[in-house]
Amino acid sequence: MRQVVLLKDIPDLTEIKLHRETRAPIVEGVKRRISEVDKRALEAAIQLKEAVGGEIVALSMGDDKTKTALLEALAMGADAVYIVNEPEFKCLDTNATSKVLEAALKQIGEYDLVLTGEMTLDSLSSQMGPRLAELLGIPQITYVKEITAENGKVKAVRDLEDVDEVVEAPLPVVVSVVREINEPRIPALMKIMRAKKKPQTVWDAAALGLDVEEIKAQSYVKITNLAAPKVERKQIKIEADSIEEAAKKLAEAIVSEGIM
Amino acid sequence: MTYLVYSEDRELAFQLLGKARELADKTGSSVAAIVVGESQEYVKQGADKALKADLGEFNVETVKEALLEAVKMTEPSVIMIGATKRGKEVAPRVAAALGVGCMTECSSVDLGEDGKIIVERLTYGGSTVAKETSTSTTTVITVPSRSFEKLEPKERTGEIIELTFEAVKPRVKVLKRREKPRSSVDLESAPVIISAGRGFKTQEDLKILDELAEVLGAQISCTRPISADLGWMDQWVGISGKKVKPSLYVACGISGTIQHVAGIRDSQIIVSINNDESAGIHGLSDYSIVGDLYEVIPALAKALKEAS
Ligand SMILES: Cc1cc2nc3c(=O)[nH]c(=O)nc-3n(C[C@H](O)[C@H](O)[C@H](O)COP(=O)(O)OP(=O)(O)OC[C@H]3O[C@@H](n4cnc5c(N)ncnc54)[C@H](O)[C@@H]3O)c2cc1C
Repeated sequence: MRQVVLLKDIPDLTEIKLHRETRAPIVEGVKRRISEVDKRALEAAIQLKEAVGGEIVALSMGDDKTKTALLEALAMGADAVYIVNEPEFKCLDTNATSKVLEAALKQIGEYDLVLTGEMTLDSLSSQMGPRLAELLGIPQITYVKEITAENGKVKAVRDLEDVDEVVEAPLPVVVSVVREINEPRIPALMKIMRAKKKPQTVWDAAALGLDVEEIKAQSYVKITNLAAPKVERKQIKIEADSIEEAAKKLAEAIVSEGIM
Repeated sequence: MTYLVYSEDRELAFQLLGKARELADKTGSSVAAIVVGESQEYVKQGADKALKADLGEFNVETVKEALLEAVKMTEPSVIMIGATKRGKEVAPRVAAALGVGCMTECSSVDLGEDGKIIVERLTYGGSTVAKETSTSTTTVITVPSRSFEKLEPKERTGEIIELTFEAVKPRVKVLKRREKPRSSVDLESAPVIISAGRGFKTQEDLKILDELAEVLGAQISCTRPISADLGWMDQWVGISGKKVKPSLYVACGISGTIQHVAGIRDSQIIVSINNDESAGIHGLSDYSIVGDLYEVIPALAKALKEAS
């Protein structure tokens, strides 16, 4: 079974600082990692490969730093990495990005399963899986928390609000996973060393046969402002010699807030 | 110009109709909705056109076909879809079929001076609000439940139109549906909430919250891992769970990750109990105690009883 896992490297959200005046997040210079749910999609692919064999390729759209971030995918167990790195594609929306990834998937060739996280934690858009399924003309299974493959089919459990839905689909299919599907492995040092020897291919627009202007013209959504809402909390640390004392002070504070 | 509304959840569809009606009246446009169940109510709730479609059991490919047919019929500038998990898998699929922009989980929806839609949605894990706009002739958006109010239903004139579309044979087969337990607790409107995080070692230990909950008249909730990984409770608070706005939120053994905090930001007072001095939750609280929750919680319950 040939699996393609879509991975996005995003700034470490716990390291992001805010601009003093605009309260916009400052992402430049922040260390980038594979988005958490995407990593679990990769872990799911590795477990499927362990069960039924085959090959795992990781596909990512990024920039010069993406190669480094994706070494982790190779160390975890991806066999090869493909990165679309085209400076002209820096601020594309999901519509345009999906067109680029569609072209990259076609270049990769045969695939049985396209896996991704239900959302990346930076944009929280949850669009890429279903968009690619539509462009590739194949079915989608979203919000997957369990998955198995056999005889050219996948069986999955979807985590919906009111029900768990057990479904079956023929290959190829796009699958997006939720955080609860697994705990991603932490690769051993040896595997990290060996990851550098695995193939990483970088494509620009020309390598994918894409016209830069044509793609950019299909990017419609623009962010006009980004700002973290102000948190105005009192931030009072209650300190006392004993737990009882501290609890008493906290109780008094709660009462004085007029909540009781 | 038309606003086209769809949600498989009727109540949510009516909330979207409320917003769509408001925007349509501002711009002299009309509102169409794909009907689930009885049609007339959609007209009463603000639709000029109620499109009756035979959708059967929810299936993403069927709903997509119905929506594409409705798009041909009404040429909408905005397609508003309820941001349930089902809605969120339909919306991008429709956007891709049309080759247009899509913005998901929009908490506010408005029109700019140029008449283009402007939305607000959370990004960066839930820490940041992004204002976004789209320049495609049609734009798909999804809107979560309770973002907008539905209208007072009233007798209005509107057409009920039969929407016919090509039947699709779903390629994904549903083998089984397992009902989840329905929670009886309404966290979204709870005035006081005590919330448990991974600082609790066992499910049994949650019992220590009961006494505190009783003095405070609080509902009990938790972080996502307590519910989704451990299954100790059936709903959680945060960006992917319930967004709450109590007057008091007591976070016990919760580290304060962006995803959790995004759901409690509208709380009036946040109190935290965490034994790690460097835990992020302290800086996000009004009052915090650095201490072992197993000691602090019973002591706090006792102190509150004495204080009140
Ligand atoms: C796509 C996505 C969506 C998510 N959505 C949500 C969401 O909606 N809601 C949500 O909650 N999470 C969500 N998460 C998960 C989130 O990233 C964190 O994993 C989670 O919030 C952490 O929960 P926690 O604070 O209970 O656990 P931890 O981060 O493990 O924190 C436990 C805390 O307990 C403290 N502690 C330990 N022992 C004691 C003690 N004896 N006394 C006092 N304190 C103690 C520790 O110091 C620590 O700070 C999401 C993740 C993803 C990837």
